[in-house]
Amino acid sequence: MKAIDSMKKILLAVLLVPFFSVANASEEVHLDKAPIDASNYQSLQRGARTFVNYCLNCHSANYMRYNRLLEIGLTEKQIKENLLLAGEKVGDTMKVAMNKKDAAKWLGAAPPDLSVEVRARGADWVYTYMRGFYRDSTRPTGWNNTVFDKVGMPHVLYELQGEQVLDHETHELKLVKPGTLSEEQYDAFVGDLTNFMAYMAEPAKQQRNQLGWFVLLFLGLLLVLTYKLKKAYWKDIH
Amino acid sequence: MTDKNKTSSSGSVLDNALNWVDERFPLTSNIKAHLTEYYAPKNFNFWYFFGSLALLVLVLQILTGIFLTMHYKPDADLAFGSVEYIMRDVPWGWLIRYMHSTGASMFFVVVYLHMFRGLIYGSYRTPRELIWLFGVAIFLALMGEAFFGYLLPWGQMSYWGAQVIVNLFSAIPFIGPDVSEWLRGDYLVSDATLNRFFAFHVIALPFVLAGLVMAHLIALHEVGSNNPDGIEIKKLKDKKTGIPLDGIAFHPYYTVKDLVGVSVFLIVFSAIIFFAPEMGGYFLEANNFVPADPLKTPAHIAPVWYFTPYYSILRAVPPILNSQFPGVAAMGLSVVAFAFLPWLDKSPVKSIRYRGALYKKWLAAFVVSFLVLGYLGTVPSNVWGQFGAWLGGADRATVVARIFTVIYFLFFILMPWYSKKDKTKPVPERVTG
Repeated sequence: MKAIDSMKKILLAVLLVPFFSVANASEEVHLDKAPIDASNYQSLQRGARTFVNYCLNCHSANYMRYNRLLEIGLTEKQIKENLLLAGEKVGDTMKVAMNKKDAAKWLGAAPPDLSVEVRARGADWVYTYMRGFYRDSTRPTGWNNTVFDKVGMPHVLYELQGEQVLDHETHELKLVKPGTLSEEQYDAFVGDLTNFMAYMAEPAKQQRNQLGWFVLLFLGLLLVLTYKLKKAYWKDIH
Repeated sequence: MTDKNKTSSSGSVLDNALNWVDERFPLTSNIKAHLTEYYAPKNFNFWYFFGSLALLVLVLQILTGIFLTMHYKPDADLAFGSVEYIMRDVPWGWLIRYMHSTGASMFFVVVYLHMFRGLIYGSYRTPRELIWLFGVAIFLALMGEAFFGYLLPWGQMSYWGAQVIVNLFSAIPFIGPDVSEWLRGDYLVSDATLNRFFAFHVIALPFVLAGLVMAHLIALHEVGSNNPDGIEIKKLKDKKTGIPLDGIAFHPYYTVKDLVGVSVFLIVFSAIIFFAPEMGGYFLEANNFVPADPLKTPAHIAPVWYFTPYYSILRAVPPILNSQFPGVAAMGLSVVAFAFLPWLDKSPVKSIRYRGALYKKWLAAFVVSFLVLGYLGTVPSNVWGQFGAWLGGADRATVVARIFTVIYFLFFILMPWYSKKDKTKPVPERVTG
């Protein structure tokens, strides 16, 4: 029986391993922690505005509906007046006017749909990426990126961030030409954008987490009942 | 006939209805044979929860699968989007989808534990060889079911995983390339492949699985359950009633006990669904949130965790005469090997409780091999770097995988020898609780 008990322990340990191990073998680049807070509607709303104003010109979010933004505290009127700029309906998804073939011709590669980008790459990646552009004259766009080498996308937010250069010895970025935002302001700006993109990647996440506690509470009670039931039925079995 | 009808009319409406059915269909006799008068050993322990849990997960997968099928589009242009549509626009779609994706992994968790139970208590031994063979067939069908289902979300890992696995068949000498093309229905994984995998996943294999599960249970109830002591309770029966002395009716005793197991299982299951549906990338891989792109091969293609021990074995076997076939054959054999256990095990006892140290050491070595190979299958083979020139600069992980692959197979190959040589303990007459 001792062998079985120790096997049970090993088993438990094995089952728990995935919770603790962070499998990120391929990416060696250091990523900064993104300030994700799905309950901060102000931040989500600012991020939504940034996303629609800057990203949605080239990138689509084909699975995200505008009226989903009602969930993060916007009214239908606010969505219509501030975010629907090209005659879309409020129930439409976030499509982009540019077609994929043209995009590939103009930019080298069609910009990917961003609906679930955060689930594919992680919020920290997006947060670091949007702050990792630097001047590189060898690139056709004049820009390169610390987390995505030889990226095809130019630095869309350079007016806000300013221009960085990469010190190739220390691998550190240095701001050489300031933008309209200070460094802290720009980080917060990108933080809001990332927060929104994380929300957009799985809009049901908050509901999922909240509901989870009730489900577990219910199942906990169920366990007490089924355990007592079992005890009652088995009291004569020895 | 007429007499019988008369007596039944004296009972309640419910009794009458039951009699009416019983005269036309063996309802009561089946309930007795499989539940209320099916006598199971009274000493089932923790390990005996996983059979009924596997059945529960099968039912959950079928139910959630039906609802997913209502909204999913098996079309290369629409599949990825339809899954996101389910996650966002279908009411409770996210819950149904996570139940199904988590259910797939949990199916393998409970089935692996169920198989391990069979290993430690010798449940595959006479007279239960057929139960075990049906079980191995269920395991194979389940692997097929999981593989076909994994293509459906049409993400990068779906696509390239399918590409790699189907390509394995082209390693078969002579007919291989034609076989893999026939499976795909195209020269590469494409819309045609998606459509046929959908058909296999929602119709063909669920049918096969349901049939095999039925056969598994019919065979089990024919010979009776094994138990942690590995002794036959049918040998000692009550003289008057004919009920095994150590047997208790499956219903109500094990139905209420299994409800406790179900409660605990649902707590674990729900904790994953509601708080960690990706399970750190083990249940849902990040790369599968990128739509399938036939022109962009991911840097690291890894199967889902439940296939990784076998995938490790595939990678560990070096090509012979420029052919990948030995690796593919080894992988196939590593799964099928379980089917031979009833005839490999020569021990006079069934249960690990009465076996000696030799068997326990081999079993421990097998479990460690399975886990190490499983881990190595999730990571690139250069994960631990390379050995120096003295070993030809070989990948450390590959060498380790080779060693454990050998141990994995030795567990089976040497079993006739060590199970016979093992010093066993005397087996009691009655179960020990």
